[in-house]
Amino acid sequence: MRELSLNVLDVAQNSVSADASEIEIEVSRDTAARTLRIGIYDNGKGMTEEQVRAVRDPFYTTRTTRKVGLGVPLFKMAAEMTGGSLEIESAVGVGTKVRAFFHTDHVDFVPLGDMANTVVTLAAMNEAIRFVYRYAVDGRAFTFDTQEIRAILGDVPMNDPAIMNWMTAYINENSQAITEVQ
Amino acid sequence: MKTLEELMALRDAAKAKMTARDDSTALTRVVVGMATCGIAAGARPVLNKFTEEIEKRNLTGVTVAQTGCIGMCQYEPIVEVTAPGKEKVTYVLMTPEKAAKVVVDHLVNGNPVVEYTVGALKK
Repeated sequence: MRELSLNVLDVAQNSVSADASEIEIEVSRDTAARTLRIGIYDNGKGMTEEQVRAVRDPFYTTRTTRKVGLGVPLFKMAAEMTGGSLEIESAVGVGTKVRAFFHTDHVDFVPLGDMANTVVTLAAMNEAIRFVYRYAVDGRAFTFDTQEIRAILGDVPMNDPAIMNWMTAYINENSQAITEVQ
Repeated sequence: MKTLEELMALRDAAKAKMTARDDSTALTRVVVGMATCGIAAGARPVLNKFTEEIEKRNLTGVTVAQTGCIGMCQYEPIVEVTAPGKEKVTYVLMTPEKAAKVVVDHLVNGNPVVEYTVGALKK
């Protein structure tokens, strides 16, 4: 994957497939420590301990069209290449938490990329799911919650292109605002 | 800075468009494969291009959606277009540039771009 936001898009699809009604994506940067944390948390059907062990294995998948599943292993590799790590915590009937940790000053660190696009794609393509995106830089935080957007939109679909563009710009501007504050 | 007031204005504009639109049975569906294979091959910029072009041309009656792995990972990004009453057209090895052409030729003018379809692949 060329940017971490694509790994997030991919791993979050697992939460969609797990019938989650709420998915939270958290990205936090610590510029002094040069670290980045990414969390994807859902309230989907969860996994057994055995499945959690298996999901790190590139040859494990629930899909039936072919026999390999690379989403989580690729994300894990992206983290480990920087000297970081990936953890999965899951409980059947409760949900799944995937947490990845990166050293941003490592030569193999893949840039975060276009997170706004990832969040908006997920939200617009899965209207029934509430997405919460939190972005934090050195303790300053911005939260985007599709429940608030939905309250304004009423029955207007989020996949209306003009609304998708607005959401992307809204996330970008707010993320930039907390990044640039000195 | 983007404001919630702007979002409200967009909502009202979208509502006006919705009432002008035909009933949902007449919708053309554009479905982009967005599993690991699709995403890694560049499905997201393709999806973005479809949305952007559809908005730019103010096309109504077209929805863009995503699906999982279609099972031909080597041909990702894959896009399926289903128009009402027509057979499904499967486009393979898509790029944003090809997406723009599909919007004009297929969605606007009703002529599938045969050279981009799975059927045109060399055996």
